[in-house]
Formats: sequence, C-alpha cells, structure tokens
Amino acid sequence: MYFGLSEEQVFFQDNVKKFLEDQASLDVIRRIAAGEGDDLQKEIHQGLINLGLNSLLIPEEYGGLELDLLFAAAVSEGLGAGIAPIPFIGSYVMAPLAIMHGGNDAQKENYLNKISSNKVRFGVGLTEYIAAREDAGVEITGNKVNGRALFAIDGDNATHFILADSEGAMCIIDVSDPGIEIVKLTAVDKTRGYFEIVLKEVNAEVLENSVNNKDPITKTIDAGRIMLAADSVGASQVMIDKSVEYAKERKQFGRVIGSFQAVKHMCAEMAAELEPCYAIVWHAAHCFSNVPEEARLMACQSKSHVSEVGKMVSKKATEVHGGMGFTDLLGLHYWFKRIGMNRQLLGSPEIVREEAGRIQGF
Amino acid sequence: MDLEYGPEYEEYKIEVQAFCNKYKGIQFTKDPPIQKAGGGVIQGNRATLVSERGPEMSRSEWQKTLIENGYFARSIPKEYGGFGGESDVIKSRIAATEFSNKGIPGPMGGQGIDMLVPTLLELGTEEQKNKYIKPTLYGEMIWCQGYSEPNAGSDLASLQTKGELIDDQWVINGQKIWTSTAQYSQMMFCLVRTEPEASKHAGISYLLVPMDTPGLEIRPLVDMTLKAGFNEVFFTDVTIPGDNIVGSRGEGWAVANATLGHERGSLGDPNATMSRLNMLIDRMKKETINGKTLIENPIYRDRLLQVQGKVMAFQSHALRVLSAKLNPGQDVKVGKMIQKLIGTELRHELEGLGIDIMGELGTLYEDSPHLRDGGSWQFAYMYFLGLIIGGGTSQIQKNIISERGLGLPREPKVQGV
Repeated sequence: MYFGLSEEQVFFQDNVKKFLEDQASLDVIRRIAAGEGDDLQKEIHQGLINLGLNSLLIPEEYGGLELDLLFAAAVSEGLGAGIAPIPFIGSYVMAPLAIMHGGNDAQKENYLNKISSNKVRFGVGLTEYIAAREDAGVEITGNKVNGRALFAIDGDNATHFILADSEGAMCIIDVSDPGIEIVKLTAVDKTRGYFEIVLKEVNAEVLENSVNNKDPITKTIDAGRIMLAADSVGASQVMIDKSVEYAKERKQFGRVIGSFQAVKHMCAEMAAELEPCYAIVWHAAHCFSNVPEEARLMACQSKSHVSEVGKMVSKKATEVHGGMGFTDLLGLHYWFKRIGMNRQLLGSPEIVREEAGRIQGF
Repeated sequence: MDLEYGPEYEEYKIEVQAFCNKYKGIQFTKDPPIQKAGGGVIQGNRATLVSERGPEMSRSEWQKTLIENGYFARSIPKEYGGFGGESDVIKSRIAATEFSNKGIPGPMGGQGIDMLVPTLLELGTEEQKNKYIKPTLYGEMIWCQGYSEPNAGSDLASLQTKGELIDDQWVINGQKIWTSTAQYSQMMFCLVRTEPEASKHAGISYLLVPMDTPGLEIRPLVDMTLKAGFNEVFFTDVTIPGDNIVGSRGEGWAVANATLGHERGSLGDPNATMSRLNMLIDRMKKETINGKTLIENPIYRDRLLQVQGKVMAFQSHALRVLSAKLNPGQDVKVGKMIQKLIGTELRHELEGLGIDIMGELGTLYEDSPHLRDGGSWQFAYMYFLGLIIGGGTSQIQKNIISERGLGLPREPKVQGV
C-alpha cells in the first residue's frame, strides 16, 4: 500500500517547477500579464511541450505518454505553484479526455495524434453545461452550432474549441470558421486567457459518443475540476511558503513577526488546512483512473473543498505580508487571483456541492 | 498510488471475519468500566449493538481472547502479556474495520494502555514491566494520568506538586486536576517536582502511585457534559516506595513526552468521524421541517456537503499518514502534527451541525421527551470541545505546527515572570 505521488510523478513535477523558476520568473509573468510578453509566453509553452505536457494522458497508439490522471494532477500542482502562464487544463487534460471518451475512432485518430504532435490546440468552453449565466448557451443542430459560450478556457492561440450543448453533447469547432467571433475577456487572473465565443452557423464536428450520453462530458468536467483543485493546492502552498519566509525576516517591535503567535497561528492554520487538500486531490485523481464508483463524488468534493481552503489561504497569506502583501511590488496577488479564478471555473463551490448532493441522491 | 493491501492481507481479512462470526453478539458479564481514548467512560454491559445473544464472558476474558488472537497488544512481548508478534499497521486496520462492521467490541483503551504501557516498554525497569504491563493489558489494572495542575495547564512544566525522598520513600504533596477515570483507577502515573533547585524542565520525576495510598483524596469535577467524569486529586503526605519511579530523578519531562506523543495520535479518529457523518446524513433524510426532510433544505444540505468535503479530505489524509508509517522515507511534512487540531475541530463542527439542523429539538438532552439519538449530538459537541482543549489545546497545537513544522521562532521569554 502506498498513498502518494510516485518517484516519477515527483520527478516530473520537480522538472516542471524548475523549468518555471528558470523561465517564468515573476518579472516574465508580469510582462505577459501586461500583454507585452507573447514571445516569452510562446517560449515557456514550447519548453513545457518539450517536457511532454501536451501528451500526458493520450494513449500510446496516438503518440501520447498514456499516463493516469494522478500524473496530470502532479503536473497541475507544479503549474499552479509557478502560476504558469500557459494553457494546460483545457488544452491538454479536458480536450484529450473529451475526445478519448466522446470521439469515434476516426476523431480519436485524427485529433489525439495532432494534439500529441502539437499540430492543433484546443480551448474548452463547457461552462453553459454546468451553470449558464446571462443568456449564454450553445445549440447544436445537425452539423451546425449557434449561440454563445462564456468563459472558455485556454483559448489563447487555440486552433479549435470544444463546446457543449445543455444536454452534454460536445462538438469541435475550427477557429478559422468565418461564423466565429472570439472575444477576449479581462479577468483578474491574467496568467491564463478567458474567452467568449459567439457562433453563427458555425461548422460543428460533433463528438459522436457524447450524443445522448453524458458520460464523456462528465468525465471531462470531473478531470478538469481535479486539475483546478491541484493547481490551487500548488498555488496555495507557495503562498504559505512565502508567508513563512517573510514572517522569519520581517521585524517589528524588535522581533521577527513570525515570533508573534497572532502571525504564527495564521501560518499554522494555513498549513493545517492545506495539508489534507493534497490527499483529497491525489485520492480523487487516483479514483478517476482506477475506482470509477467513487470518482464522481471525489472530484466534486476535492474541487469545492480545495476552493474553500484556497480562499482562506490566499487571504491569510496576504495578511501575513501586511501592507506589502497588498502591493503589486511583491506580486503575491498573482497567486491570490489564480486561486480566486480556479474557485469559480467549472462551477463555484456551491454549484459543485449541489452536484455532489445529486450524485448521492440527496 | 496503490491502495491495495495485497493477497496475504486478503487471507488475514477472512481470518478476522471468521473470528467475528464466532463471537458475534458477545455479552459481557460483570464489568469494570470501559475506558475510551481521550478519557471518557462507558459504564455497564453495553458490549454490542448486535441483537442476537452470543457467547458470554467478562471484559477481562475478552481482552485476553483478543490478545491471544493477535487483535490487541500485537507487538508487546509474550512475557509481558502481549501477543509477541510483529507490529502490523495494516492488520490492525483490517481488524478494526471488520470489528466495527460486525459490531464486535474492540479492546479496552484508556490511559494505562495507550500511554503508560508504551512508556514502560521504552523506559521502565524489568521489574516494572513484569509487574504492571500484563494486568494493565488485561484490563485488571486501570490507570489515570496525573499531569495537569490548577496552575500548570498548557505550561505543564511549571507544575508544583512536590515529591521528597525521605528514608527511601517518596512523600508527595500537592494537587492534580482534569484527572479522568481517577475514581475507577488502581494506579496513577504522575509528574511531580522532585528537584526544586533544578531548572523548570529538569526538576520533574515520573512516579507511579497506588490510588489507595492514605492521604490521596479524589473529588469529582463535573464537566459541561455532566457525564465525562473528570476529577481533582489531592495529595497530603502520600507516601510510596522509592523505586516507583520511571527513568531517573529529574528525567520525568522526557519520560512524559514519550507518552504525550501517543495521546495526540489517538484523538479525532477519521473513521469515527466518517461514521458520525453517515449518521447525520441518515438523520437528515428522516427528520422533517415543515413537512419536508432536512436533506431537501438547500441550506442545510450545503452545510452538510461542506462538512463532508472536510471529512473526506481528512480521511484521505489519514491514508497518506498511514502510508508514511508503512513506507519509511515517505515525507508527510506537517501531516502528523495537524491531526489532533484538525480531527477535534472537525468533529466539533460536525456535531454542532447535528444540533443546528434539528433546531430546538437539537437542544434536548439526557432523558427528555422527543430526544434524538440519545442526545449524542449535544454530548459530543461539548465532549469534543473538551478534546479541543485537552491533550494540548488547539493553540498549543498551532505553536507546535508553526515552530516544529514550519520552523518559525518560539515566543520570546518574558523577563521577570
């Protein structure tokens, strides 16, 4: 019996972290967030693709590494820690899974090979299936799709998007289609891109096995939620580490502030709440690939629980830093905003818990 | 990640199940009170929840049966009354799960078994081991812990109960408090200041006191649950043999720290928390408000699901900590240190939710009409508040986590106090 990340998973995660430390310093992320770092962003993205980030989950027959979701969770943790300014959860976890579970053989052959060889890149817009805001919604009729998808993720420089209608049927659209309008949204988190997709008679390649079968979209969303939770765990750990480090150095009243119990206890509370989050995320990822009967509830509860803990950590960590925590100078807010964004994506905690209740027949 | 225990454990599980079937419905004859981890006491013959009557035996005979079959005191040498086998965390876990599934009572716990026995095994003399361990394991010798004093709680090392060695006998004067189960105990292991000239931590010794020694007086201290059973214990020239000491003079603090480690591990068990959560879910499916079940109420439901997320995270975390025990070298960082803090706070929150969802009905207690679940939500809500404070308060736990876990500096000493 062994509960935890394997040596290979830790090794891969460390590589991701080291790469981001070298290539995606806070200065670099600042420039990308300000919209001045497209080339830098592409380099980082390419560097991570060289590590195999795009093909983690894809079966070997389609040129992938055929790893399980726990491996992807380990990577997502590393990306959250480094507030990586690259697509991952939508492009390289949700899209491959949507195609693996929803696509027919020809679609798998075509798209999975292209993802693993970096010839296509997917953004993913499934928000309306989970909780539609305003009048957003997507309608698939035959091979045409109309409507509007809000908060599509990983849409920067995407060649395709995967969208879903209210019944969970998914389709692929090509961004070169003249009926598409892609509107960039300005969210607080500027480390990743969020988009509105407006569709008028756009050609849709429907994922055949996702029609009248909610299983593919459910799996896709479950995996996405586990990845978001892992990303928040990684980001929260960094906020705690920075707080502890700062509390050991910063002096007031002739003492380091970390010797005051008011400060120490905030650090202890953060660490004590975050530690079990690793376990539930790893457990959920393990169940996703190996224990299907427990997977759905684990996915929902890991997402909503980590979202709550992440909110607490991001607040307290900022407070430990005092006024400096509030400044752009220190840049702590990039982690704060990343965690805040993850909390809302693919269902805010209340929405996800409601689903957890439905799964259990409440 | 590998959550399977392997084929040898599948066989072991079948063996445990056969044992459980043999003793299903076991009834206890005349009993000593049953001690629970954390200090509570169950009295009477409530041995099992299974309705059919099984074999009948005394509590102590049952304890011996468990030891003979390796379900208790597994790694304690045979010569001291144990099973004399290898300690096996997975086997203990399988046995605990099967016992709980089949309604088979587990071994007696209590501070003698949980804390004194491990301490004697590590630091006791051969004579002490021979004399005390076997009757303690058999449930024939019950122990209480004499650590806290009215002026020595979180700052335990400031304790003042005095022990003087006069004619090779310890003469003890002073007072202990929060002494659970003192009224049922034959013996007390306690911390006493024997070296008044030495510094705070270096002046303490670990003594073993028979509870029937003249000059020792027990006064019950009623707690907020009205049930849990603490005491104050007063010492007036209590005189015991000079060799009733574990470790050397002045080493008591180190001896006690070995046992405090055992206590912290035993509070806030995640599996018990999960079964209480399941009880809460059942209650919410049955109980109604304005004619609708509580589970249909979206606000109650959301609060339930929030707590469920915490319980699931804590249970997964316990698997990770278990894994670190089985796989030397696995790093759980602050994982072990957080268990008392998170476990007790979470349980308190869960029990409080059990009250909230029932509103006024949730306030009923003791033998009131309309009482739900024996008043257990109120009892446990208060009892776990006691455990949040006892065994190192939540604030002390946070000091431990931040100092030993995160490497933050200690609070500087205040001058002149």
